[in-house]
Parts: sequence; structure tokens; C-alpha cells
Amino acid sequence: MTTTEETEELRRTVRRFLDQRSTEAEVRRLMEDETGYDPAVWKQMAEQIGLQGLAIPEEFGGSGFSYNELRVVFEEMGRALLTAPFFATVALAANALIECGDDDAKKAYLPGIASGETIATLALSEERGGWDDKAVTLQASGSGSDWTLTGGKRFVPDAHVADLILVAARTADGISLFAVEKGAAGLSTEVELTMDLTRKLARVTLDSTPAQLIGTQGQAWNGLRRALRFAAVALAAEQVGGAQKVLDMTVQYSKERFQFGRPLGSFQALKHKMADMLVDIESAKSAAYDAARAVADGDADVELSASVAKAFCSETYFRTAAQGLQLHGGIGFTWEHPIHLYFKRAKSSEFLLGSPVYHRDLVGQALGI
Amino acid sequence: MTATATNQDADTELVIAKTEQLLRDYPPATTDRREFLSAQFDAGLAWVHFPKGKGGLELPRSLQHEVYVRLEEAGAPNGQMGNQLGYSMGAPTVLAWGDEQQHERYLRPIFLGDERWCQLFSEPGAGSDLAAVATRAVKDGDDWIMNGQKVWNSMASISDIGMLIARTDPEVPKHQGLTYFVIDMHAPGVEVRPLRQMTGEAEFNEVYLTDVRVPDAARLGAISAGWKVSMATLMNERVMFASEGMDKGPVETALDLYRERDHHEPELRTRMIDMWIKGRVLTLSNQRAAANRAAGTPGPEGSTGKIGYAELQQKGYELCLDLLGDESLLYDSYEMHEFTLESLKERPTKIDPRRRFLRSRANSIEGGSSEIMHNILAERVLGLPPEHRVDKDVPFSQVPRG
Ligand SMILES: Cc1cc2nc3c(=O)[nH]c(=O)nc-3n(C[C@H](O)[C@H](O)[C@H](O)COP(=O)(O)OP(=O)(O)OC[C@H]3O[C@@H](n4cnc5c(N)ncnc54)[C@H](O)[C@@H]3O)c2cc1C
Repeated sequence: MTTTEETEELRRTVRRFLDQRSTEAEVRRLMEDETGYDPAVWKQMAEQIGLQGLAIPEEFGGSGFSYNELRVVFEEMGRALLTAPFFATVALAANALIECGDDDAKKAYLPGIASGETIATLALSEERGGWDDKAVTLQASGSGSDWTLTGGKRFVPDAHVADLILVAARTADGISLFAVEKGAAGLSTEVELTMDLTRKLARVTLDSTPAQLIGTQGQAWNGLRRALRFAAVALAAEQVGGAQKVLDMTVQYSKERFQFGRPLGSFQALKHKMADMLVDIESAKSAAYDAARAVADGDADVELSASVAKAFCSETYFRTAAQGLQLHGGIGFTWEHPIHLYFKRAKSSEFLLGSPVYHRDLVGQALGI
Repeated sequence: MTATATNQDADTELVIAKTEQLLRDYPPATTDRREFLSAQFDAGLAWVHFPKGKGGLELPRSLQHEVYVRLEEAGAPNGQMGNQLGYSMGAPTVLAWGDEQQHERYLRPIFLGDERWCQLFSEPGAGSDLAAVATRAVKDGDDWIMNGQKVWNSMASISDIGMLIARTDPEVPKHQGLTYFVIDMHAPGVEVRPLRQMTGEAEFNEVYLTDVRVPDAARLGAISAGWKVSMATLMNERVMFASEGMDKGPVETALDLYRERDHHEPELRTRMIDMWIKGRVLTLSNQRAAANRAAGTPGPEGSTGKIGYAELQQKGYELCLDLLGDESLLYDSYEMHEFTLESLKERPTKIDPRRRFLRSRANSIEGGSSEIMHNILAERVLGLPPEHRVDKDVPFSQVPRG
């Protein structure tokens, strides 16, 4: 358990690093670059500040911090629009490995993730999208320790640069999780053109590709579902970080921009809007921070907290980005100004791991309605 | 039945009869585009509410609709297509403020598509606060010499004429020192540079004016009357946006997407229904407003339609994305290209909904932002007291800018 002071120290460290390494110019360069990350920065993140391994248990090569610290990292990454396979590796793959409870797999892969050597991701959605068990139809064939996969996955973050792809597939007794390593026979990936160019999503095609079963055959869904919820909490933290940055930019701009002989920020109509944005973001932070705490504390109803956070923060981020864009006027609609990058990140992270509609439905189910 | 109602029926019949006559005399299948449009202009069916001999019949504006449905059905060319700004904003401004020679000079070429128009109003320092334009026009013999920078000018790179307001007197309060011109976009000293938008392409541009020589004959309205003249353009612009809302692009697209899906969360169903109702109400309101303004120039209440249009577009395309599901994570192309004539003629429904979603963010900014529309409604329609203005009675040269 760390104190608030230590958490804030972590925030300062990460912000300093990202201020230098994930500048707007760098984000724009990586947007246009199909790889979508800078290997040197990736290495520094692991070696200098130990970000990849922050919340990985010590016995598997990490530093053993909790989600209370990890969410600060995601918040800062959302603020800086870091363009890197961090979300895929840490939020999706590491959580899936931890939650699917297979010691051999954890020993095999988590230390590499923690040290920054392994880029990993989780392949769940297929042609039609979706983030629940129904989305998984790909059928695995084989038995015991001898499996192959044939079929396609879509919307897989950073699969094109992943050393390890965890693939959810159907087996006799239900959903199972498989490890597919880079270069495996029959494996190919293709980056799709995303609305949000700061997060790459790839198609994964598997053709009799050899795969390693993780955990017990047919028993992966419970662990996977938890991992997806934990990843949603990371995403919610990213969203509040991005939303806060949009508000900061908007407030700053409205002090500098003059129309009618006075700063925009002096118009009551705009003051009220920015005040509403502030209230919205503060509420979203409450939801995201509490969900992170619930993951850290292992609350029994952690999945409910996660869905509340994902639904709320997604909408806050989008509303904030849309309003922020509006308050910038014509300049906000240009390619040159950074606000559209946040707007697009907001929209796409709304869909990633399930839309607010989906998560509200889960909340409804949890409430028994 | 009242006398007015009878008049209305007679007017409608006349417009329909003239349209059918036009289609008989100039069968669209065998008539050249310009020839058809020229005949339509002469028949008074270009702008039915314009004077006779100037493209109109002096009939209520709302009857124009009767012309367009019939022409569209018959596959006739459309005089608005590719020149929306000239047709909907330029022509009514010329008619209201130009002299006989200017009517003669500009109206027909607009309608025939011989000259495409763009709007050179906004500047880096003058957006919502349009009266703060700083582009200078200085008299030089029979001409004016212009210097300044305009920005966000849609279609300027493919236009022939620009509606421009310039400052002719900086030593009087800002609204009083402006003059309105229609300038030749091909004149020396006019430089158009495309600006890339968040959608990827460049629909709008920056326009730099360096010692551009403009003849006095290109001035619309009196010297220093530019603010009033520009109101004619702006009021018509708002109505143009509002009536675009009537094609219900996003609602129809959403409904198609909804029907293609085989499963529905109850929330999406609720929103679909809600959006459909909003679209219908907006259409009805626009129709009512059009009928009210049958006679002529739209007033400040046009702002209602502009707000409603922006909201419907934005919320409608948000719903489209939710219906597309995870496909919304993707995009069709961010390739940078300038606007072309072809892109102008593209039916909006052919454009990828994800692109239209991004484009819709501009709807609450362009043509006067939604905040400014709210201010206009509050102050000019409801008569609420205006915000304290620090810049109204001060010479323009002494107003803080930034
Ligand atoms: C796609 C697109 C196409 C365009 N095409 C053209 C064109 O063809 N020709 C042309 O001349 N212009 C065009 N414009 C420009 C458009 O008219 C301006 O962008 C618009 O008027 C806003 O001005 P601005 O960008 O300077 O923003 P600003 O005026 O700086 O406004 C920024 C924000 O402050 C708000 N605000 C400003 N003043 C007040 C106030 N008093 N009270 C409350 N809120 C306020 C605004 O609503 C906005 O949200 C276009 C714009 C776009 C986005």
C-alpha cells in the first residue's frame, strides 16, 4: 500500500517522462507509422521507470504494486495520448494471464512482459465485434497439449507488433485461452485503418496455427471476463486523463482567445459549459479511482464497479472532447490542432471493451433488472 | 375557404404548370445542362420568390419545393448542385442589395453554374465576432485595394467569386466601418491555401489577399453598409443549413443500420425512436418556418433551425456509430485531398457514416456557432438584455484583440 504522496510522486515521474517522450509531434509521427510505437521509448519505460511490470506480482518479475498505482500510469498515458502497445500488453494480456490462473503460463510470459521484452495482446472479438463470450466463435482443434487454431480475430490492439497473442477460442467444454507466439506457422496480422490513429487495431488470421493451451480447457471465460473488466478500469483511467487534458486546453484557450473585445472565457455561456465539464470529469474520476481501488482490494462486486466506471468515463470523455472541440471554434475542426486526436480517442475508447450501452446493461443485470 | 388559401392554391397550380411546361419544352434527357437551367431561369423557376425577369415569379418562397421535387423526379439538372453558397446565399444578397446592373451581371451565371461562389467572411481574429474583420479595403481611384487574411473558407479553391466583407473605416465603431464586396477569386493577389480538417480532407481554405485590386462595381450596398448587407448573407446561410436538415440524412442512415442489425439492446431502440421523432419534428418546424417566411428574407428565428440541425446531425451520427458497433473503431480514409467538383456533387448519403460523424462536429461551429445562435435567440427574439459589450461604441482601432 502506498500513500497519496507516493502516488503523486509516481504521477510526476510518469508525466515528466511522457512530456519528453510522447510529445504531440511524436504522437503524430507514430500515428502515421504502421508499427505505432517507438521501441526505444518502450525500452526506457520498462528499464527506467518499470512501468510494464508495475502491477505484476514480484514472483513473476514485476514490482507488485496495485491497481491504485497502475491507474495513475494509465491516466497520464491518456493525457499524453501515448501511442504504444502498453494498453494491449499490460491491461489486456497481463491481466488475462494473471486471471486465467495457470502458473506455468505466468512463469513463461509475465517476466518478459515485466521487463519490456515481450509485447503481448489479447484476441477476443471476431468479424462482428463484441466483447463478451458470444463474440468468441473460433473453434480450436486438438486435445491435451496439442492444439491448433484456424479462423480470424478482429479489433486486436497492437497484434501486428505482438510477440505473444492470447487467443480466446471455443473447445469442447466452453471457452479456452491459447498462447500463440510471433512467427507461428499460419499466423498473419494486418493493421486496419482506425478512426483513432493513436491506437492500432489489427486483424489476426490463423491457419492451423499451433497454440499452447493456458489454464483448463473450457474454463477460461470467468478469468477472461475479469481480465476484460480490469482492462476496462485501465481504459476508464485513460479516459479521465484525456478528458482532464481537454478541459485544461480549453480553459487555457478561452483565456487567450478574444472575440467581441474580451476573452471567450468571460462569456457566461462558456463559463457554464466549462463548469459543467469540470463537474463531469470530477465525477468520472470518482468512478475510475473507485473501480481501481476495487480491483486492488479484490472487492466481491469489482465487476460492477468496472462497468460503472467504463460507462460513465466513456461518456464523460466524449462529451468533454466534443464540447472542448466546440469551444475552440474553427481551429478545433482542423487537422493541425490536437483536439481532434482526443476527440477520436474518446470515441474509439467508448467502443473498445464494450460501449456504455453494453456496460449499462451489465449494471442492469447486476441490479437484477 | 379564405381568400388567402385560394390564392395559395392558384399559386401552387401556376408553379406546377410552369414546371411541367418547362419539362415538356426541354426534355431533360435530350437537353444540355446549361440550356435547361437557362430556360428554367427564364421561366422564373430558379428562385420563385425573386422578381420576374430575375429568375423568379414573385411567388412565396415555399413553392420552390414544388419545382425541385418535379425536376428531381424527371432527372433534370439542379442549379444548386455544386454552387450551394452562390444559390442560397449569394443570389439573395445580390438581389437585396445590388443594383440593376449587378442583378444582370451575377444572378444568371450563379444559376447556370458558370460562376461558383464562396464566402470570405471569417478571419483569424473575427469568427463569432464577425464585425471584427480587419481585412482592409482602401479606395484608389475607381478601384479598391485589399489586404488581409480570410480563413475557414469552404470551397474557395474551386470558386470564382468570393463574398467578402472588409474594413473601409477603422476609426468608427466596428459595425459601422465595413463594406461588402463580391470579388473575383482569380484576380492577382488572391492566394488560396487548403486547410486540412479532422476528417482528413481539405474542404476549407485560407485566403490571403495582397494588394488585390477590386473595381467599385463589385461593391454591394453603400460604403460602410457592409454589416447590414452581410446580414442578408448570414440569415440565408442559417436557413440553408436548417433546410439541409430536412433531408434527415442521419436519421435515415440510422434507421437503415438499425434494420440491418439482428439484435437490439433496448437502449438503442429507445434512442432510435427518439431520434426519428426529433428528425420529424425538426422537419415540421422547418416547414412551418418556411411557410412563415414565404414572403422574403429570413429573420433571426432562422437560428432555431440552425441549432436543431446541428444537434440532429451530431446526435444522429453518434447513434449511427453505436449501431455500427465496433466497426466504428475504423475509418475509411484519412488521405489528404482538396475538395473537387465531384465531391460537391456527391450525395451525402453515399459518404461513409463515420466520416459524416466527424464532419458533423463542424455543424455547430460553421455558419455561426450554436452558442451564438442561442445569444441571438435570447437577445433578438426573446428581447433579453444583451451581455455588456465593451467593444460596441469604441472605434475599431481601439478594441482589444487576440
Ligand atoms: C467546416 C467549416 C466551414 C466553414 N466555412 C466558412 C466559409 O465558407 N466562410 C467563412 O467565412 N467562414 C466559414 N467558417 C467559419 C465559421 O463561421 C467560424 O468558425 C465560426 O463563426 C466560429 O468562429 P471561430 O472559429 O473564430 O471561433 P470563435 O469565435 O473563437 O469561437 C470559439 C468558441 O467560443 C464561442 N463563443 C464566441 N463568442 C461567444 C459569445 N459571445 N458567447 C458565448 N460563446 C461564444 C463559440 O460559440 C465557440 O464555441 C467555417 C467553419 C467550419 C468549421
